[in-house]
Amino acid sequence: MDSAAVRFGGGAEGAAKAGPPLLCWFEQCRSESVPLVGGKCASLGELINAGVRVPPGFALTTEGYRRFMAEAGIDRELKRLLDRLDCQDMEALENASASIRAAIEAQPFSAEMEDLVAENYRRLSLRCGVPAVPVAVRSSATAEDLPGASFAGQQDTYLWIRGTDEVLAHMRRCISSLYTGRAIAYRANRGYDDEQMAISVGVQKMSNSYTAGVMFTIHPANGDRSVIVIDSSFGFGEAVVSGEVTPDNFVVNKVTLDIIDRTVSRKEVCYTVDLQTQVSRAMEVPIERQTVQSLIDDEITELAWMGKQIEKHYGRPMDIEWAVDKDLPSGGNIFILQARPETVWSEKRQAPIANPGASAMDYILSGMLAGKRVT
Amino acid sequence: MKFPNPHEVKAKTIPGTEGWERMYPYQYQFVSDDPVRNQYEKDTFWFADGLHYPEPLYPFDTIWDEAWYLALSQYNNRIFMVPPVRGVDHRIINGYVYISPVPVKDPEEIGKRVPHFMERAGYYFKNWDALEAKWTVKMEAAIRELEALQIPKLPEMEDLSVVTDAIGESQGYHLLKSYDDLINLGIKCWQYHFEFLNLGYAAYVFFLDFVQKLFPSIPPQRVTQMIAGVDVIMYRPDEELKKLAKLAVELGVDGTLTSSPAWTQVAAALAASAKGKQWLAALDAAREPWFNVSTGTGWFHHDRSWNDQMDVPLSGIATYIGKIKQGVSIERPTEKVRAERDRIIAEYRGLIDKEEDRKQFDELLGCATTVFPYVENHLFYVEHWFHSLFWNKMREVGAVMKEHGMIEEVEDIWLLRRDEIKQALWDVVTAWATGVTPRGTKVWPKEIVWRKGVMQKFKEWSAPPAIGTAPEVIQEPFTIVLWGVTNKSLTDWSAVQEVKDPDSITELKGFAGSPGIVEGRARVCKTVAEVGQLQEGEILVAPTTSPSWAPAFAKIKACVTDVGGVMSHAAIVCREYGLPAVVGTGHATKVIKSGMMLRVDGSSGVINIVR
Repeated sequence: MDSAAVRFGGGAEGAAKAGPPLLCWFEQCRSESVPLVGGKCASLGELINAGVRVPPGFALTTEGYRRFMAEAGIDRELKRLLDRLDCQDMEALENASASIRAAIEAQPFSAEMEDLVAENYRRLSLRCGVPAVPVAVRSSATAEDLPGASFAGQQDTYLWIRGTDEVLAHMRRCISSLYTGRAIAYRANRGYDDEQMAISVGVQKMSNSYTAGVMFTIHPANGDRSVIVIDSSFGFGEAVVSGEVTPDNFVVNKVTLDIIDRTVSRKEVCYTVDLQTQVSRAMEVPIERQTVQSLIDDEITELAWMGKQIEKHYGRPMDIEWAVDKDLPSGGNIFILQARPETVWSEKRQAPIANPGASAMDYILSGMLAGKRVT
Repeated sequence: MKFPNPHEVKAKTIPGTEGWERMYPYQYQFVSDDPVRNQYEKDTFWFADGLHYPEPLYPFDTIWDEAWYLALSQYNNRIFMVPPVRGVDHRIINGYVYISPVPVKDPEEIGKRVPHFMERAGYYFKNWDALEAKWTVKMEAAIRELEALQIPKLPEMEDLSVVTDAIGESQGYHLLKSYDDLINLGIKCWQYHFEFLNLGYAAYVFFLDFVQKLFPSIPPQRVTQMIAGVDVIMYRPDEELKKLAKLAVELGVDGTLTSSPAWTQVAAALAASAKGKQWLAALDAAREPWFNVSTGTGWFHHDRSWNDQMDVPLSGIATYIGKIKQGVSIERPTEKVRAERDRIIAEYRGLIDKEEDRKQFDELLGCATTVFPYVENHLFYVEHWFHSLFWNKMREVGAVMKEHGMIEEVEDIWLLRRDEIKQALWDVVTAWATGVTPRGTKVWPKEIVWRKGVMQKFKEWSAPPAIGTAPEVIQEPFTIVLWGVTNKSLTDWSAVQEVKDPDSITELKGFAGSPGIVEGRARVCKTVAEVGQLQEGEILVAPTTSPSWAPAFAKIKACVTDVGGVMSHAAIVCREYGLPAVVGTGHATKVIKSGMMLRVDGSSGVINIVR
């Protein structure tokens, strides 16, 4: 275990003795860590522990959140503001939300917590070999998994954040996202107790992707479970996800990991970061690179292998976002950004191909009678 | 999908070959004087059987085509009553064989055939192992009979025993009879050849079909890998070479074996020492039957066996000795192959979501695994062992004909049809008995010279892969699995017709035979005699390969063939050795030249020529 985590209260497993930690590295999280680090961070931790390479990072735990709210005195303020709030009164609701959010964003963390975050961020930068490593700061809600509870914590994400102060500021912005008017009203209507609500914030290395894309561990076109299908294009995954480019497409045999089909497309646009403005922007791919295969074969195989491990871990076909980081040397530069269960084919109840009780002879006969259609 | 009209293709006679039709049986002709047959031929889909006949057929070699024309068709249509298909019809244009599966069109008739098929095919499937054991006995008996068959020479005077034993038959009669016996044995052996083959392929085809429904993207090579036997006898000849190589090193005669590529010299040197004699004794034990393996597919008279061309196994033994000396293992990784097969089966099975489908998978896999050894093993018995002996018996017949002036060289006999040979033998025998000159001495040598010219022109002709009208549905299992007639191959075939300049081709497509991608220099070997030129790490480009090519695979990086599917020898061996293979490219040996840089992708079946 990382020595820093021990010093600052240990990981999830150390929680029983020392009390829950304020911060926690992703690798210390598991699926069951949702109450502590929220769904997003827990799932990243689960992936890391399944042997999957995920961009490293840490989470402000719900305990850290509570500590912040208490130390800054916001929890009392919160109770005062929310107790007498009429959620039907939109103006009052927005006013309350605005003052809570302003309070959260204006209050600094305690010196102890600032030190904790600064130390983790420093270590993260060290691990990545990038000074003041750019990170994504995003909220990781504990109630995300509740059916229809998607407003419980708004999905705030801030990309390309650099430097301790910026990280701290954006962590507070994520926290404040728990108190949008809409979120408050939603919880009130559903009868969730605001005092019981907690949020976690993830701080994760930005993948400076040379190439990125998506991967399905099932054929999205025909539901074939024996293949892994990869869409890939230069730059950030946005170009692929938004459908702005026709990505390269690779079909990999899941059992043997050989590439059984490949289509290399013309990729005219890629997304890259403007470090000045910290926003990603589209740019034209140089003409000579447009038709170059955006992943080399070894990367395709490695990626497919990772997809297979993830599917095995979750026991079902998965829909995965990935990136190849240009800051890191090959052999350790392919990262999984997100993995969620595939839903389209998995939820389709398909009839079996076999007729129940049919012998091999029955099948051969019916096959012969049907023949092979040629058109 | 429309392909060239067969009658129009045939009508463009190659100048100088007019009258070629007489080289083949008359029923093989596309006709214009019979309107009904003419219409049938137009409406039918014919594809060139490039798998078996990459080159035009010599008149005598047509025997095996006739043999399987009969045998395959009868088993489908008269014995097992395969409901929707009859037999496979045959034609010849310019020496190239075109075939076409014949469907049963009347649904009522199909229905009537179903119970018979279930009873008959079901019986074979149920009793497969016992019936296959009987088959081996029958087949070996036929081979023994062939070995024992004497082709008599015609004596000046019959032996006295003809009188004293009151035999009452002359050598002239026996020559005619032996020729008939020889031909009949050949035909019988091909009756056996198909006894299990149709059903064997059906079990394979429908296992493949089922797995492809479960996993639409599964490469057929993976399905083959699930059912391929590890200990099939096809590997035995190569195993014998390895054993002999090891023995040579143990006995210290390896230097002698590698001292010359000429077997006669090596054999003489070995016979001079005690250790050498010991090695020769081991060789003799291995030669029968394993050196009856053909250096080709066994389908043609020019496919000689190892026993006929000892230089070929010698070069294989030398290659293995070299490997042993380098400390490289020459053992087949059978355990690894078996473990990989089991892993692949288990993984695919684990991806099947539904219980019913898993059960059907197990059933069909079990059935295919039972029948598959036959599909692989029959080749050694029929095409290699039997054929190698058969061709040599025919050479004895040729020697008699030469002796009587009917042909100038023994090898000229292949330019005659088997019924012409029978007729010529009658000519020889009656003239011998009578004491006159056979008429044929002035007929056949001239005809043979002309036929040789025709064969040369046929070789230069490129046969369109498909002619006639493509059907909507193909039900004949062989057509699907063996010749790979599918939508894709039809499209590829029509594309090939459009290529005018072979030098402009930079990409060739075939079947993905064995996965992996490599780049390297091409070495085109048209026959096994040329594999000696292979350098370590080259890519072998061959018309097709057979077990006698096995030692070549120890040297190469990848393999490309003109003909063959995922079950062809090249594909199977490459999968074992972990080498990429693209098979059934159609014309790789024509397009690729030795020394060209190739990129072979055995996973997608694409070859790129780096020009």
